[in-house]
Amino acid sequence: MSSATIPELLIAAGSTVQAERFILAGADALLIGEARFGMRQPGSIPASELCEAVARIHSLGAKAYINVNKLFRNGELPELPAYLRTVAEAGADAVVFGDPAVLLNIRELALDIPLHWNAEMTGTNSAAAAYWGKRGAVRAVLARELNEEEIADFKQNTTLQVQVQVHGMTNIYYSHRNLLQSYMEHLGREASLVDRGPDKGLYLVEAERPGERFPVYEDPTGTHVMSPDDIFLLEAVPELITAGVDSLYVESLLKSDTYNETVLRSYRAALHRFASNPDFYKPDSAWEEAIRELQDPERELGFGFLYKQQVY
Amino acid sequence: MTLLQEAPKTRGSRQRLAKPELLAPAGSLEKLKFAVHYGADAVYIGGQKYGLRSNADNFSIEEMREGVAFASRYGAKVFVATNIYAHQEDLAGIAGYLRELDDAGISAIITADPAIVETAQQVAPRLEVHLSTQQSTMNWQAVQFWKEEGLPRVVLAREATMDEIREMKARVDIELEVFIHGAMCSSVSGRCVLSNHFTDRDSNRGGCCQSCRWKYDLHSDDRSVKDPEQNPFTMSSKDLCMISHLPDLIEAGVDSFKIEGRMKSVHYVASVVNAYRQAIDAYFDDPAGYALRPEWVEEIGKAAHRPLNTGFFYGMPGASEHIYQPEEKPAPYDFAAVVTDYDPLTGVATVQQRSPFRPGMQVEFIGPGGRNFKQKLGELADSAGHVVDVARHPLQQIKLRTDYPVEPLDLMRKRIG
Repeated sequence: MSSATIPELLIAAGSTVQAERFILAGADALLIGEARFGMRQPGSIPASELCEAVARIHSLGAKAYINVNKLFRNGELPELPAYLRTVAEAGADAVVFGDPAVLLNIRELALDIPLHWNAEMTGTNSAAAAYWGKRGAVRAVLARELNEEEIADFKQNTTLQVQVQVHGMTNIYYSHRNLLQSYMEHLGREASLVDRGPDKGLYLVEAERPGERFPVYEDPTGTHVMSPDDIFLLEAVPELITAGVDSLYVESLLKSDTYNETVLRSYRAALHRFASNPDFYKPDSAWEEAIRELQDPERELGFGFLYKQQVY
Repeated sequence: MTLLQEAPKTRGSRQRLAKPELLAPAGSLEKLKFAVHYGADAVYIGGQKYGLRSNADNFSIEEMREGVAFASRYGAKVFVATNIYAHQEDLAGIAGYLRELDDAGISAIITADPAIVETAQQVAPRLEVHLSTQQSTMNWQAVQFWKEEGLPRVVLAREATMDEIREMKARVDIELEVFIHGAMCSSVSGRCVLSNHFTDRDSNRGGCCQSCRWKYDLHSDDRSVKDPEQNPFTMSSKDLCMISHLPDLIEAGVDSFKIEGRMKSVHYVASVVNAYRQAIDAYFDDPAGYALRPEWVEEIGKAAHRPLNTGFFYGMPGASEHIYQPEEKPAPYDFAAVVTDYDPLTGVATVQQRSPFRPGMQVEFIGPGGRNFKQKLGELADSAGHVVDVARHPLQQIKLRTDYPVEPLDLMRKRIG
């Protein structure tokens, strides 16, 4: 157990300033990029500023991954080569992709940049990861719906790095349709009431589940429905390390900077303590308390799918 | 560089076009037979493993062999949907299962998970691998990628528009399969785990419980956005129906026209296939003189449960493409019986009962190619020759006189309500 390596702590940032704050709070890798090439980013760092942003992140000792994980349409493809060249020239540490079009471009442009495979909820097994590994991916981002056994088995059977979300909300439904605009139109309201973008305080309540609020928002890539609770795997960090997980991801979407910094500090403290004495690791209750103090009372903190069995 | 080249000229409608395949769902061996008999060039079925319809009564390997044998008499092919996203526990059995499919004479698998794609290419080289719509392929470079991986066919995401499909077809030499009819995920297929979160059922392994069609209240600033009497929010999409736009799809170069619905009835599959078969044939008999015939639209309407629309083909679906009103009216017609025999000398047909009917009832007989007629039922007799007042037993053999000749596998349907 004591030989286990300490995973990186990764979070998405919407600006260079935010990235700096997150690094100071304990992140050692940042997911950034121009919003229109990725999905569900907490902000946008335009291509023209990427070089500077990556340099700044590197100077603070952290890694910068560029999120290019949207599903592209024909009309959006012509902008990919220039963007990917910019990303490579900026010296980014990886490109995160879901659409094979990105892989094809990297190959054609002969760009020397590692790839992270992130197919969101469909990253479910190590053989699929191996498939993308043979085509250039060095990391697989695991679906949030896997349990601990599946995560451990996945990691045992792959040569790729494995990334697991440990904190925050998850996307549970993604449509290319403008479902909110359509509904407002149906109600006879101004469709413009739907301010495009996250954090507009819109949420869904399902008829049979009055206590659960599902954040929902529209942006230029479509409609996103988010989980009503937040994953909170602080307690499971030692198990994840033992399983060999390489990267712990904190979802920053729809949270304040202060909240995200607090989360990072707590996970960093846990990682730090584990690293210094893995055999006698004991968590500090203050780490959890700090997060709970800032937690939205409407959103439960839970283990997500870590200990669940699903049927089908 | 191939990715940066100018778009090649898209094909014009004057070019000689290949007849697209009509691909129908078959949730059971019986449905397979009807789909093929009514004109499907190929059917897709589910096996007992790795498919996305865990509630359908899926095919055993033995039933697959029987299905393949039946289909081959019509020159039709059988595909198997192995379209789950596998988890670790699913991996070990894939190779063996694919070998069994190959051995059973299956022509192709429809699959999304690269783990299954790769295994099929390694262990079952006679099986074609068709990339499932669950892989969300919606741009020509993604299509190009899968071509380079050796796949002969991609089933496009339902989000692709007619213009985008035309461009894909013009740029990449690969078969494109497109959904033309049936229910649609309103999400990008595969990018929805509502069922996992609501019910612990894995939507991408066949556990989808259609939570997108449930009722939701949309809140803004902690208040419901609707007035109390207004309809709640849903993510429920109207069903796809392209019967009025087939020339566009044919001229875009689509290779396979796919009908959704492995869970749908024999009556549904036969009616929908029948309509599209006639329309496609009519177009190729005389492209210039082709005109939509109202009876095709009517035929589809007789089996439809939900309101219909054209999805993304002509642009982003809006308010009128979603179902906010209480939905799910039963189809206006119901399947009453299937013809098993006909005696041309006496004009008496033997039918097998599928739902009750009685003398005096208005019924409609339909057969492949749009043969149909309506009549009032006369006397009914059971197999022993006894007159019955109502055909009430499922699968009961009934003799009745028909106004015009019928053939085995013709359907008798009745109006509901």
